[in-house]
Amino acid sequence: MYRYDEFDRKFLEERVAQYRDQVRRRLAGQLSEDEFRSLRLMNGLYLQLHAYMLRISIPYGTLSSAQLRGLAHVARRWDKGYGHFTTRQNIQYHWIRLEDTPDILAHLATVQLHGIQTSGNSFRNITTDPFAGVAADEIEDPRPYGEIVRQWSALHPEFSFLPRKFKIVLNAASDDRAAVKIHDLGLNLRRNEKGELGFEVLVGGGLGRTPILAQTVRDFVPRREVLAYITACLRVYNQYGRRDNLFKSRVKILVQSLGIEKYRQEVEAEYAAMGAERDELDLPDDVVAAMQAQFAPPSYPDTNGDAELNQALAAEPDFARWVKYNVKPHKAVGHAIVVISLKQPGRITGDCSASQMELLAELADRLSFGEIRITHDQNMVLPHVRKAALYDLWLRLGAADLATPNIGLASDIICCPGMDYCSLATARSIPISHALATNLAKREEEIGPLQIKISGCINACGHHHVGHIGILGLEKNGAESYQITIGGSDNAQAALGGIVGPAVPAHEVAATVDRLIDTYLRFRRPGEQFPDTYRRVGLAPFKEALYVAR
Amino acid sequence: MLLDRNGSFRPDPWRHLADDEVPASGEAVTITFKRWQAEPEHWVDRTGPLGLRLPNDVPPASFGPAATRFALIVLNFPRFIDGRAYTQARLLRGRFGFKGELRAGGNVLRDQLLFMVRCGFDSFEVDAERARAEDWPQAFREFDQFYQPAADHRETILRQRLRGWQAAAE
Repeated sequence: MYRYDEFDRKFLEERVAQYRDQVRRRLAGQLSEDEFRSLRLMNGLYLQLHAYMLRISIPYGTLSSAQLRGLAHVARRWDKGYGHFTTRQNIQYHWIRLEDTPDILAHLATVQLHGIQTSGNSFRNITTDPFAGVAADEIEDPRPYGEIVRQWSALHPEFSFLPRKFKIVLNAASDDRAAVKIHDLGLNLRRNEKGELGFEVLVGGGLGRTPILAQTVRDFVPRREVLAYITACLRVYNQYGRRDNLFKSRVKILVQSLGIEKYRQEVEAEYAAMGAERDELDLPDDVVAAMQAQFAPPSYPDTNGDAELNQALAAEPDFARWVKYNVKPHKAVGHAIVVISLKQPGRITGDCSASQMELLAELADRLSFGEIRITHDQNMVLPHVRKAALYDLWLRLGAADLATPNIGLASDIICCPGMDYCSLATARSIPISHALATNLAKREEEIGPLQIKISGCINACGHHHVGHIGILGLEKNGAESYQITIGGSDNAQAALGGIVGPAVPAHEVAATVDRLIDTYLRFRRPGEQFPDTYRRVGLAPFKEALYVAR
Repeated sequence: MLLDRNGSFRPDPWRHLADDEVPASGEAVTITFKRWQAEPEHWVDRTGPLGLRLPNDVPPASFGPAATRFALIVLNFPRFIDGRAYTQARLLRGRFGFKGELRAGGNVLRDQLLFMVRCGFDSFEVDAERARAEDWPQAFREFDQFYQPAADHRETILRQRLRGWQAAAE
């Protein structure tokens, strides 16, 4: 894992001091709320329905146990004893007082965490594959590049006031567990025909009220040139992106209006003209190597563990079920990746209490080389667990309500905080998620892999457009109603879902989803997942199922 | 009042002409981009310092080659959240060799000053009373090291590290 050096530490201390002074000036009345707003947002502080919300960056979703303890401390001391993990691999605290925020950020700085640019019209948290570094299907660990891009983007002098937010994602695996195509800029690590490393650069993805999938700007940018090339991508956006309408300001709208060809021409022209600036942004191999050394894999013990594991699997069906869904293959012999579900039916999706965080920190220290990951579907990961230790781990997790065996199943729902917390929301999403999870848990093993994603407004924080079943909460004539889309996907075959019919009231969502799933099961062929069946049979049978029921 | 990037305040020696105003001979004046575009040859031959007020929606690529004709360019921040002039400044300095005074006008606030300096600005049109009350000159010193290369050509953290590693290796 990356450890700050003296430069990073000093930078973050200076940032905390700067922010402390900004809060002081706001409280003294020197800054207007409008002026302060953009400053606090650049530190992740939002004003929500009941209180301030503070969003802390978890770069590329990787945490050390010390960092997780730091997050637990903040939850306990300054919030109501819990935090909320988001689809940006970040954590949010929803009950924060403005006066406390400088001390919170100072405390987090001691564990090398910050809220820099977790909001505002600049670079957001860099995200990646939650299995980075341990997945068998990756070319290389993408996180060293994530850290390089994180540093390059921190308080960027030219790009801190972009037309709108800008989300960068990295992927190095053949599958896509990072939802690359729904980001403003995606970097897919790949090798060219000479075997050299570089990146495919995609631009212009995003959800919200105008969902668009990112398109390729360049197939292959050599690794050394990547910072210079993305500078060109950003510079075109900063000059030509719309600023007259908040909802048309993302780079996806620029790419859509220019067309990918014209956008590419502009980027290539800018890149060609950069000259000496390209040398300044050059990323030499020894810098990459030094960064990679920071992410070197732990020295795994020589272990097999299959015998112990098989014995436990045979003896304990509940454990076997948890292993089936929550344990994933690891590239080191005798080890496994463990996904910890934060989707126990009845709890708020993504919420995690301070004591759960502390338990996970302890388990990470004992069983996973002190490392934890946050996934974009709002679960947590212990990335390096010995197979022989899985049974003990399962027992410990179960005692803390953290062993729900539902990863990838119907009750593993992505859900935004919705109108229960968020001032942008037009409908509640948490109660819908609860109703669906409770209703579907009974038959989720029969249903198999299924991604349900719920957003409480068109801003789409719950990624509903790319859910196998997506649910969007709307407000119509003072009543909440829910528009349902089907067939979306956020993996390597990313697709946006299609609207299946008129919006339904809250009490009909569960029954409607049931009918959609019944239809899927009726038409499904062996090996198919929901989007596959949808692509093959089309929207009609699903519409018909809903129509007949009415 | 102007604030310079070295932290000192000074009165503005330039007169900013409206489009129907005529400058006195030898007087330091700025003109609008519209006026420059209408008759560039008229202004090129003028004796006396000439400055330009450039709107933030003029891409430097279309204007940049003319930049060196001016002693002063004033870039505009209509609202502080509109960041187009940062890119204009970077390109005027880095690509089009503008060596004159680069000034930020409009909605200039304390917490943007350091970004502006790094993008190549020299001076800032400010409300002096507010700027003194909030100690704006201190804003230039809030950070002393940076991750990105910029117009100030300060060595980045990455390059400083690289030097450290190379020294350690020798």
